[in-house]
Amino acid sequence: MEFDTNVPIYFQVIQEIKKEIINGSRKLGDKLPSSRELAVLYKINPNTANRIYREMELSGLCFTKRGLGTYITEDETMLKQIRVELADKLMDDFVQGMRLLGLSREEIMKDLEKKL
Amino acid sequence: MLECKDATKKYMGKVAVDRMNLTVEKGRIYALLGPNGSGKTTLMKMVAGLVKPTEGVVTYNKIPIGIESKRKVAYMSTEPFYYNYMNIADVGKYYADFFEDFSTEKYAQLIERMNLRTQDKVKSLSSGMAAKLKIAATLSRKAELILLDEPLNGIDIIAREQIITTIVESANDENALVVSSHLVDELEKIIDYAVFMKEGNLVMQGDAEEMRAERGMSIVELYKRIYA
Repeated sequence: MEFDTNVPIYFQVIQEIKKEIINGSRKLGDKLPSSRELAVLYKINPNTANRIYREMELSGLCFTKRGLGTYITEDETMLKQIRVELADKLMDDFVQGMRLLGLSREEIMKDLEKKL
Repeated sequence: MLECKDATKKYMGKVAVDRMNLTVEKGRIYALLGPNGSGKTTLMKMVAGLVKPTEGVVTYNKIPIGIESKRKVAYMSTEPFYYNYMNIADVGKYYADFFEDFSTEKYAQLIERMNLRTQDKVKSLSSGMAAKLKIAATLSRKAELILLDEPLNGIDIIAREQIITTIVESANDENALVVSSHLVDELEKIIDYAVFMKEGNLVMQGDAEEMRAERGMSIVELYKRIYA
């Protein structure tokens, strides 16, 4: 995966995992790779990989089964929450980009309508 | 585990490393950054026990660098260090004779993973293959402190990825890696800690994630800021 150097790496990997949950390549309740495997998979620092699971656990995205490993949450409301969050971010980027181009609200709406 | 206190190295009156203070702790990956001639190699050689500090001290687990530390520190130099008549399998045997912490099994694994062939002669290797061989030999030691001097220099992008992966896999809670490079972007995402050197001096050091957060720029950008 390509990283944006201006955003913390742990954050980018979490976003990536969220996308994988939304597109179904990772399913609710699935076992996640160990943090060592995660480090190798994304070619990131092993301590960053630990942090990724810590942060994900804090936000309820995953949980640890003692001695077994880390699993994606089984809570389905989480799916909705992630989708809203990711969509919101895309919308923000989109609106900001269009505003930078100097387009008005009406023009943006018209363009959007055409694309849909 | 490692401590440099005012470590200084002068060559014929020219200062290669000037009063360097640095602490290396286990469980971390360090990047030693700076352009050519900034003193990275000299510093590594002092830690490896190949050159003696002119002033100051370098200690490993509180004991000055010497026979004891050499058993626990693996150093990969930029210079090739194999005899031309050797093939890749011979390099493994040579290492096994030299270092008691060398794992023949791990070496075989790494050689295979790096797409090298045991029967190939060392002198017939391309520069990329030779670089991978050096990495494989060095990382097959179960050393506590691993010093890699410019492991990515002059290597194509595929080999670089293999080397980066191998470095990440070799890191654990019980060892520390110090990787020198002027190819900062390759190291950005695998390091815990960055040390910037310039003309023999330490210009900045710190936790990579903290530096990124505090300054709002990546280690790559910081590098450009410091050396441009």
